[in-house]
Amino acid sequence: MMTILPIFQLIVLSNAATNEVKEVKIILLDHDLSEISRNLTRKITASDHFKLTGSLFSKKQALEKMQANEADIILEIPNRFEKEFIRGEKPAIQMLVNAINGQQATVGSGYLRNIISTYSQDILSEVHWVPQSNHSSISISTRYWYNPLLKYTDFMVPGILAELTALLTIVLTAMNVVREREIGTIEQINVTPIKKWQFIMGKLIPFLCVGMFIMTVGLTVGKIIFHIPMAGSLILLFVYAFVNIIAVLGFGLLISNFADTQQQAIFVAFFFILIFILMSGLFTPIESMPTWAQHLTKVNPLAHFIAVSRKVLMKGSGFVDLTSEFAYTLILAIVFNVSAIWSYKKQE
Amino acid sequence: MNSYSIEVENLTKKFGEFTAVDNISFKVAKGEIFGFLGANGAGKTTAMRMLTGLSKPTSGQGTVAGFNVIRDHEKIKTRIGYMSQKFSLYEDLTVRQNIRLFGGIYGLSNQEIREKSETILHDLRLSEVSSKLVAALPLGWKQRLAFAISMIHDPDIVFLDEPTGGVDPFVRRQFWEAIYEAAGHGRTIFVTTHYLDEAEYCDRVSIMVSGRIEALDTPTNLKKQFNASTMDNVFVKLVR
Ligand SMILES: Nc1ncnc2c1ncn2[C@@H]1O[C@H](COP(=O)(O)OP(=O)(O)O)[C@@H](O)[C@H]1O
Ligand SMILES: [Mg+2]
Repeated sequence: MMTILPIFQLIVLSNAATNEVKEVKIILLDHDLSEISRNLTRKITASDHFKLTGSLFSKKQALEKMQANEADIILEIPNRFEKEFIRGEKPAIQMLVNAINGQQATVGSGYLRNIISTYSQDILSEVHWVPQSNHSSISISTRYWYNPLLKYTDFMVPGILAELTALLTIVLTAMNVVREREIGTIEQINVTPIKKWQFIMGKLIPFLCVGMFIMTVGLTVGKIIFHIPMAGSLILLFVYAFVNIIAVLGFGLLISNFADTQQQAIFVAFFFILIFILMSGLFTPIESMPTWAQHLTKVNPLAHFIAVSRKVLMKGSGFVDLTSEFAYTLILAIVFNVSAIWSYKKQE
Repeated sequence: MNSYSIEVENLTKKFGEFTAVDNISFKVAKGEIFGFLGANGAGKTTAMRMLTGLSKPTSGQGTVAGFNVIRDHEKIKTRIGYMSQKFSLYEDLTVRQNIRLFGGIYGLSNQEIREKSETILHDLRLSEVSSKLVAALPLGWKQRLAFAISMIHDPDIVFLDEPTGGVDPFVRRQFWEAIYEAAGHGRTIFVTTHYLDEAEYCDRVSIMVSGRIEALDTPTNLKKQFNASTMDNVFVKLVR
């Protein structure tokens, strides 16, 4: 196992953890519906970095989609765009970028800007009836939504906070139980009529308190030192953290059932922790991962934790926007803990 | 109801190819002090772990406190106490906290735990150190505390795995007095030791060699049978 795990890690991570962004979700608000604007749309959708998730006419609707995480970028083409372009009046295309996800936002909007400016140069040759005018060009105004100044700490700190909380609790539980196995105290417990679920609960509850405490300290530090935004309900975030910590603790306990020594426990815990972190969306946006890797993130409690803490703190998302994260995390919590109870052996 | 608290037939434990306990059969009467003797590695701990439900027998049958060792190992655990060879109370908890913890696990009420705590602290003269960490106690005190805690739920049988290992003769004496007192209340005591002089304190002893029980009787009868003056001599003759 000691050799298979790192090899697995090498394969999975080098494919999934990429700097490239893919499938940036775009919503188009084309108020002009002219030939030039349609051609531009075609150029954008032809690129495999982008995925057109809707063509709408109402900005309000488009923003709602962004709130629901169905759009990374809203591209708004004003009416009279074609006319102004031909007259050389430099019409402005507006780009609204969902900056909750730093990389998707900066890299994605960079790509898009590139496509648009290339297009504005090519336009003259492609659209034949356009009269020759050297002044014709397109200007782009960009606005970053949810993180207007694209502050790195604003999207990293909530993510790192979620990460630290999850990791510390995984390691602490796994180590704690294995340490008892090494010292021998667990034998004195196993010789009592204690039920397996009681033992697991006995380990879960204290570490759940530790986890919630870490979370509280982290949020406070984030607020005081990094001035992270707190747009949404902290209660909602804590309720979610409660479920998530139960899930990761279950995972830690599961690891402890298969380790005889603390070294083994650490090794296995760190193997999973590394995968959890690198495939959590903390660095590489989940949308940019290959599809199979995106499916893997569904069983990664950390990915959900990071998504929720960013959405709640930066976007002010409410419970309805987080139902899928809540559902997956709840399922993980149940699966991990039931497996931990089930695989705990009172008898050798 | 039968009058045996432990009955075992052909109990065997293998670790891979290696047979640690090889077809042992014996009966222990209620209230008996049963000594389980043997050199290091003879298989005493392994046998005891099967009887206490900590280890699954590879083959064989048996009952402990009236429950089947294969099927009802969790029920056995309600009726037995166990003191492992390796000291295994929580060293980073205080004396009182350890008593509380195990009292709670065995399902004692708060009232019962309070009473038991006072009795144990008083009997072992540990009242003064009751809020000290167990780690700070001398080994002899730790062992006696572990013994007392193993009986916190009033079990029918107590299993003691080398309870006097590494402690000085004075504490050993004290410990055996405590064993006698526990047996006086009708409890069965199953005790392993490699101090052969301690065999004399037992009602009956079995001598284990390489996983098998090679002799089993009262100390007096064994000495007669092997024509030896001490248990030490019995052992030497048996091993040779
Ligand atoms: N979990 C185990 N795996 C493999 N071998 C074991 C295990 N436990 C004990 N043994 C072996 O079984 C034999 C009997 O050990 P043990 O029952 O501890 O002896 P004793 O208590 O009489 O000193 C020893 O040779 C020991 O190495
Ligand atoms: Mg032993």
